[in-house]
Amino acid sequence: MAIIERPAPTVPAIVTPTSTYGLLKRPVSTTGWRSWVFTVDHKKLGIMYAATAMFFFIVGGVEALLIRLQLAAPNGKVLNADLYNQMFTMHATTMVFLFVMPMAAGFANYFVPLQIGARDVAFPRLNAFGFWAFLFGGIFLNLAWFLGGAADGGWFMYAPNSGPVFSPSNGVDFWALGLQITGIASLTGAINLIITVLNMRAPGMTLMKMPLFTWMITVVQFLLLFAVPVITVALFLLSFQRNFGAQFFDVAAGADPLLWQHLFWIFGHPEVYILILPSFGIVSEVLPVFSRKPLFGYPFVVFSGAAIGFVGWGVWAHHMFASGLGPVSVAVFSLTTMAIAVPTGVKIINWTLTMWGGKLWFTTAMKFSIGLIVLFTVGGLSGVTHAVAPSDTQQTDTYYIVAHFHYVLFGGAVLGIFSGFYYWWPKVFGKMLNEKIGSWNFWLMIIGLNMTFGPMHILGLQGQPRRMYQWTEARAGEGFFNLAFWNLVASIGSFILTVGILMFLINVVVTARNPNKAPLDPWNARSLEWMTSNPPKEHNFDVIPTVHHLDEFFHQKFEEDEATHTMKQVKTAEEIMAEQERNADKHIHMPSPSYWPIVLAFGLPIITFGVIYSHLISVVGGVIVLFASYGWALESSTAPDSDFENNTPGTGLDKVAANHD
Amino acid sequence: MTDVAHGHASSTGISNVKLGMWAFLGSECLLFGGLISTYMLYRGRVSGGPRPSQIFDIPFTSVSSFVLLMSSLTMVLAVSAAHKDDDRKTNLWLTVTALLGATFVGGQVYEFTAFYKEGLGFSTSLFGSSFYTLTGFHGVHVTVGIIMLMSLVGILKRSTVPGKKAEVVEMIGLYWHFVDVVWIIIFTLVYLIPV
Repeated sequence: MAIIERPAPTVPAIVTPTSTYGLLKRPVSTTGWRSWVFTVDHKKLGIMYAATAMFFFIVGGVEALLIRLQLAAPNGKVLNADLYNQMFTMHATTMVFLFVMPMAAGFANYFVPLQIGARDVAFPRLNAFGFWAFLFGGIFLNLAWFLGGAADGGWFMYAPNSGPVFSPSNGVDFWALGLQITGIASLTGAINLIITVLNMRAPGMTLMKMPLFTWMITVVQFLLLFAVPVITVALFLLSFQRNFGAQFFDVAAGADPLLWQHLFWIFGHPEVYILILPSFGIVSEVLPVFSRKPLFGYPFVVFSGAAIGFVGWGVWAHHMFASGLGPVSVAVFSLTTMAIAVPTGVKIINWTLTMWGGKLWFTTAMKFSIGLIVLFTVGGLSGVTHAVAPSDTQQTDTYYIVAHFHYVLFGGAVLGIFSGFYYWWPKVFGKMLNEKIGSWNFWLMIIGLNMTFGPMHILGLQGQPRRMYQWTEARAGEGFFNLAFWNLVASIGSFILTVGILMFLINVVVTARNPNKAPLDPWNARSLEWMTSNPPKEHNFDVIPTVHHLDEFFHQKFEEDEATHTMKQVKTAEEIMAEQERNADKHIHMPSPSYWPIVLAFGLPIITFGVIYSHLISVVGGVIVLFASYGWALESSTAPDSDFENNTPGTGLDKVAANHD
Repeated sequence: MTDVAHGHASSTGISNVKLGMWAFLGSECLLFGGLISTYMLYRGRVSGGPRPSQIFDIPFTSVSSFVLLMSSLTMVLAVSAAHKDDDRKTNLWLTVTALLGATFVGGQVYEFTAFYKEGLGFSTSLFGSSFYTLTGFHGVHVTVGIIMLMSLVGILKRSTVPGKKAEVVEMIGLYWHFVDVVWIIIFTLVYLIPV
């Protein structure tokens, strides 16, 4: 919407919509809630993604605490068996689909265009649609709590347990249909970011000059592009069975329950890389900056990330070692699973060697990144023990598995996300998060998560099964490895972890109240997103940068001294900014806000609601979707030039519109 | 840099919409891959209902397949006309493509009705469930294609299409050809290869 004219960049755009699309004229607000709800700005959407994901993180966290309260003592009475099943199902579903994935989408939305020197994404309205579809899908998933009970079959929802006989409430219907909606969000997001990265890089930015975060996000989007349709098929089959009488998982009719397991894990294993690779990208940005060295072996880190993306497709059956696949399948998938540890190990070594010999600066962001390296390695090593099929057969469905994936997902993905918060907060909000509270945040989380998930290794090897809603004193055993003691430790740990996360929320409030602005380049950073103001202007860059190096921003600030072979500073960030402002592009038309993304997304939960309750409601949703699609198709992404005419005289903007073209 | 925002210049030289459609079709491959795998697993499991060989009418389906394949030819003619800025011919060929597609969908509706009368319902057997799901998904894709083609004709007449006309026609053409190619695979695997 904004038309930006120097030297008055803060003048709000004055736009008069001249045509109607469908029934609606273009929204024009640049302030207030309308400027958020109808926005197509990738930065606003990034913040909205992250804020919503944070909300669901708290929801999933409360569910986790209830689980730990239930298991803290023998014969837990906090939850009954049925509610316990719903709790662990929705805890995992929420954390995977409504927290880590959209949080990564938030980071990607905000930083990928900035890192590649673009002014926006390839499909701004599709981007907005993706956010709203995710939000409505997330709400739809959780509606089940109030409408007869949430899904209760575990996040993998194995058949035939997910059928109407064992899961009679509508919970599984809400789950299957809600995940379809968030799947649509992931798919549109993936297409949008892939095309953005392929097509909208600044001049000179070849693929091998792209920052690592952008690289890892690109790999993730390709994984999403090909993994999401597989879960889509599985969810359709499940919905058709539950709502329309199909027989796909009806064992009595001769169905093969392994079909679901295969479809689910062909999606589900790439999914775990979808969860972890964005955080790998974040630490690959953070470690070089705070080690004051370039990333060690950049091409190795890039290609090992891509290799993880490829090999990730060939390991799904290691989730099914106990299902009787036969010795050949088990042997093959054992080997591929061991093989995928190699590119992951390459990354760990590269990060370690990045720090080696560097002038380490232990900010909170850096501490979280180092935390990821250490704890992800712990989780990776227990992962290798799962690759060994005989050992895995012992560990399947015990707490050892729970320990493993919490070390890689909490110790890996979540620590990476927190590292990203501390590193990029000044970029997004123009203020530095408090380092002292950050230190409490970090250490409480590290202690809490090790206390919570560390003992689960012991619980699992002692034979405590997953998904049991109670354990009894009689079977807890004795001595050092008794279940009672370690369950209590894990439960206490989960509350320390909670306090650690609360520290972050406190930090956000404290920082918001702090009047001090962050410096332009607080960390002496290396990549393009730092080569603009904090927070960036709506059009990101006054001048689209031309890229000559990997770490372009660093190379604009520093040059190598021929005599001593040391880097010496030739320009400050402020000087580079001032230079850009002097040469600023004029007449930048940014993509315009639109009603259609939110309207279209709103039609989806109505359709799915109708599938469960009455097909008539689905028709209403379908009409909304069709109507919004036409409005969308008829409206161009950027307002036509005629909209920029007839602006208030005297602001200078009227002349701009007249001069355009 | 307005150009980039409008999608004219790009790092790859291919427009955003076209590359976006390619990415989407890549994703669709896995969707149909999953559905086809499900069908191949279950096609022999008829549990007392009709077997595939008892109900399939190969000559009929061959004709409707031929009609669908011919619609790819007319789609190419539409794209070619659009590149020459010939609105009249573009509209003509888009309409013919939509009609051929509609003929195919009509044939599928007839076929489903006939199968149902012969005793193959959606809930009859695993074969029934997976057959109707796979071919139904394809039919829905063709139907969505027809809606897009007819909408495109309407929009082109009002000449309010945002962006370059030829790019939009070509993008929808990509989708149409993909749906046709998927049918070749489905026709071969479902109808021609005996259980």
